[in-house]
Amino acid sequence: MKKLINNPDDVLREQLEGMQLAHHDLIHIHLDPAFITRKEATPKGKVALISGGGSGHEPMHGGFVGYGMLDAACPGEIFTSPTPDQMYEAGKAVEAGAGILNLVKNYTGDVMNFEMAADMLMADGIKVQNLIIDDDVAVKDSLYTAGRRGVGTTVLMEKIVGAAAEDGYTLEQLSTLARKVNRYGRSMGMALTSCITPANGSPSFEIGDDEMEIGIGIHGEPGIQREKMKTVDEITEMMTLGILEDPAYHRQLRAWSPEKGEWIDVAETDEPFGSGDQVIAFVNSMGGTPVSELYGVYRKMNEIIEKKGLTVVRNLIGPYITSLEMQGCSITLLKADEEILKYWDAPAHTPALRKGM
Amino acid sequence: MITKSHLIEWLRACDAIYTENKTYLTQLDTAIGDADHGNNMHRGFRKVGEQLDSLADKDIGALLKAVAMTLISTVGGASGPLYGTFFLQAAGKASGLNELNAAQMADVLEAGIGGIKMRGKASAGDKTMLDAFIPALEAFRTTPDDLQTALNNAADAAEKGAEDTIPLIARKGRASYLGERSRGHKDPGATSAAMMLRELAKAAEGDA
Repeated sequence: MKKLINNPDDVLREQLEGMQLAHHDLIHIHLDPAFITRKEATPKGKVALISGGGSGHEPMHGGFVGYGMLDAACPGEIFTSPTPDQMYEAGKAVEAGAGILNLVKNYTGDVMNFEMAADMLMADGIKVQNLIIDDDVAVKDSLYTAGRRGVGTTVLMEKIVGAAAEDGYTLEQLSTLARKVNRYGRSMGMALTSCITPANGSPSFEIGDDEMEIGIGIHGEPGIQREKMKTVDEITEMMTLGILEDPAYHRQLRAWSPEKGEWIDVAETDEPFGSGDQVIAFVNSMGGTPVSELYGVYRKMNEIIEKKGLTVVRNLIGPYITSLEMQGCSITLLKADEEILKYWDAPAHTPALRKGM
Repeated sequence: MITKSHLIEWLRACDAIYTENKTYLTQLDTAIGDADHGNNMHRGFRKVGEQLDSLADKDIGALLKAVAMTLISTVGGASGPLYGTFFLQAAGKASGLNELNAAQMADVLEAGIGGIKMRGKASAGDKTMLDAFIPALEAFRTTPDDLQTALNNAADAAEKGAEDTIPLIARKGRASYLGERSRGHKDPGATSAAMMLRELAKAAEGDA
């Protein structure tokens, strides 16, 4: 293992300390338990937007704390969900009378830990809703698996929902918008190489020099299909068509029912993309792939999208939701209506994403 | 009878067994999950081990609750809330007690395992820790009178249950994304659960 680290056990803390020093004008880092808040207190009456998850995906989520995006982020150990005490303390720190919306990527651990945290916050009389993001079309089956994983749509979600929270949306309005963004967003990823967590010191999975893994999530977990290496045009076509031709997706998602006072499963359906749709296109590096190659992906992706009668109206290109040093990329397409575009274009100022201010 | 000092010895042994098997459990998790189970169990039970001396004067319910809170706040992943809920629900059945007879032990195990089912919404055969816990509880309940034999049978059943996860297709957790490819691998959660129950049976043999 060759990594720019000291002791593997200190990686997370040292990274947070570095972030604090670099971005003290925007964020404040808390340790024991670890969470990141904006430097300024949440304005009274604004819904607090919190996300979190395993570390190793930087800049997500901590890099998106700031005006127009998150109020707090909870970093877990690398590729391991954060724990409820982190979300609880973060929630107590940033809640400002209008409740909390937790943006939770659909991984078994994240869902359970955020649920326990929401229970603890609600026991203190705070209104909380958890919104589960599940956009990875590589997972076909929701009946016999934990369902689609939360991947690239998360970044777009944090931008759009964050701006709407800034604009005074109530918790209910914000949850409705977030559910729509989740229904409208679809992603697919692939890996050329594996990655090494500092704690393990060896690759999360083995992959040959001439092979690639299709359908990888954002962790070291293996994808769904191993293939021989292909050209960027062929790979991009596989991913873009995988997204555009994905049929309607039905599943049940956990949510808190304030009326019933319990966690319930809510049926959700993602409708397929269609000709005439406007989309926000997000081409993301898994960490080890250079931006130059992402533009190669974008070129072919745009060609396919136009051929199918859709239009890319906004884009985001770069490493925003990564998997340590893994080489590979993901494509996220988000159907964009007026409300989504308005909040995509709204100002934001965070360590990793800055728009219009 | 299982006394509080048996349980403290058990938790100390869990710390040792997860330290010893950190790499092994992570290897199992590398095959079908996200390669962190051994690290997470080690981190959680190391913390539990550090706290045991300060818990010596608590009753069994308070001891198990303290373990639950430590695991919930240190383990992370899915195993943190699942094992945390196991100890939390178990604690509710041992409140105020300083020793457990066979019937009370069965209630404690049943409550804990019920908590895992509630939190994880998994069933037998989904290739999870429940594939060790469910047969263990069954074996414990069907062993008449002798508590030590019941614990030994429970540990045997848990180990067999963990082995029996090898041909199964995972239906919960990260391994479920692999579908057919999850066959042929032993489930890490079932393996760590079987280790925990084996250590319980061994600790009960000691002097109280």
